[in-house]
Amino acid sequence: MSKQAAIPLISEKQKLVDFNKFTGLAKPILLPIIGLVLFLGLWNGMAKNIDTSLGQFPGTAAVWEQANVLVDEHYAQQARASEFYERQEKRNAERVAKDPNYQPKIRDFTGAPTFFEQIWTSLYTVMFGFVMASVIAVPLGIVCGLSKSTYAAINPLIQLFKPISPLAWLPLVTMVVSAVYITDDPMFSKSFITSAATVALCCLWPTLINTAVGVSSIDKDLVNVSKVLRLNPLQHVLKIVMPSSIPAIFTGLRLSLGIGWMVLIAAEMLAQNPGLGKFVWDEFQNGSSESLARIMVAVLTIGIIGFILDRLMLQLQKWVSWDKTATLR
Amino acid sequence: MTFKHQLELTQVGIDFPTPKGPFTALTDVNLRIQKGEFISLIGHSGCGKSTVLNLVAGLNQATTGGVILEGQEVNEPGPERAVVFQNHSLLPWLSAYKNVELAVKQTRSGRSKKEIKDWVEHNLELVHMTHAADKLPSEISGGMKQRVGIARALAMQPKVLLMDEPFGALDALTRAHLQDSVMEIHSKLGNTVIMITHDVDEAVLLSDRIVMMTNGPAATIGEILPIELQRPRNRIELADDAKYNHYRHEVLKFLYEKQRKVESVDSHRKNKQKNASPVTLKTGSDKE
Repeated sequence: MSKQAAIPLISEKQKLVDFNKFTGLAKPILLPIIGLVLFLGLWNGMAKNIDTSLGQFPGTAAVWEQANVLVDEHYAQQARASEFYERQEKRNAERVAKDPNYQPKIRDFTGAPTFFEQIWTSLYTVMFGFVMASVIAVPLGIVCGLSKSTYAAINPLIQLFKPISPLAWLPLVTMVVSAVYITDDPMFSKSFITSAATVALCCLWPTLINTAVGVSSIDKDLVNVSKVLRLNPLQHVLKIVMPSSIPAIFTGLRLSLGIGWMVLIAAEMLAQNPGLGKFVWDEFQNGSSESLARIMVAVLTIGIIGFILDRLMLQLQKWVSWDKTATLR
Repeated sequence: MTFKHQLELTQVGIDFPTPKGPFTALTDVNLRIQKGEFISLIGHSGCGKSTVLNLVAGLNQATTGGVILEGQEVNEPGPERAVVFQNHSLLPWLSAYKNVELAVKQTRSGRSKKEIKDWVEHNLELVHMTHAADKLPSEISGGMKQRVGIARALAMQPKVLLMDEPFGALDALTRAHLQDSVMEIHSKLGNTVIMITHDVDEAVLLSDRIVMMTNGPAATIGEILPIELQRPRNRIELADDAKYNHYRHEVLKFLYEKQRKVESVDSHRKNKQKNASPVTLKTGSDKE
């Protein structure tokens, strides 16, 4: 009896060892896949049971189909654009051949922007707003961190403006941009300026606060080193303050970019900046039976791009950070 | 121009403002230091040793009296009074070489690139750190960091080199190596040095005079003990030397008999004692 019992015990142990080997690979690869599959199953299961006025809520298949349609539309539109330019060139060449004094007119292709062009618009709008905010927030944060009085003066304003929703700012920004940004040959469209400015207004705060905290918590001995070396204020900031607060500044920048990307979609919806926000809004207004699936494609795209932006900032942070041993995540 | 005393502290006192009114940390500190002297400041924790050093460095300002270096009053920090900090205070994002270079560029502006490079390398050589010039502070040991810290201070060519418990955070063997290096450098360059320590052996071995501080608050100089041991000094030979042991005994007597933290004077002080961290001296506790 005892012998018989011992045999399965050993094989049980064997299994345990194998399972341990297996978990080494399971954590980084298998578990995320399980999570994803469960999510897709749940999504499809629930989608079937949701009926809207625009038809059934899209499941994975419908979304995948629309993603392909959007890609096809992009290539079709590109083909049309290049045909348009070819025709235009040809026409102009003919006119010039007939009449050498003729000044050829070059017109831009006026077809609707494709999904990918809208992604591109969103990306540079958010970058423009983010860079504008950072250019203001980092120096201001450094000043706040260095001078307690400045911080005391500005802190109530930071606390007041930080929780304001971009949607509250947008009407004001729109009116101000319309009133102030008046040129005959605008380099940027008003909707672009409005969206970028709204993004900037919401991007300021995390960078500002984190920079101020990082700068004010510099090691006191390093400040003393700077004093003994008689570094002037500019050198002090460049050689001591900036490097030692790089981690805090980047924490702020990453938070800001994340917020900026979220804010942008809302801003584009209202400002009609031809980016992903406008895409979602237009599809919603369009209300065809594919609209929900197309919106879902945009939603997932927004998520993926947000994730990529965060990873890029993380890589940048790793690249500029002097403390290579610190774990950044 | 030569001065009878390179550095003079006259009637120096300092009050720190607290919510309960000013707290007198130091009072009536008088000290005359000659060029090339090696001075140690020793005393129990909280006796204001660091405050004296910071006053000379210009990081703290005296409330009464003042510090005069070569006929000029000290009222701000500067490279002619370079400081070696207790925890090295190297800039963690710069290599050993770059840390020293920052000090050199700041104090020898207008020199050619080659002159700057030579001077940085010369100072790293002095502390025997040429081999790790390109390492970041996080990549080298505590002792090596402190060596770079000393190189950085020396590279400023200070009139007075100030060292704030420079070896306090190091293990005994590393400390001995660094003490030997400091003796070697001092005999080579002849800088005036003020060093804070709470290691009795270190004080006797390195110093020309040991300045012993009374307990705070309102601390001041208790006794000054001249150490008349021939240089170069050898720690192994001195271990059996009667004179050396006599000096050691004097310092211990001052710290443990004359300045023993009195516990029966009043209850207020007694409570303070309990809360304060215990005073630890690295050596000689067996002779107490």
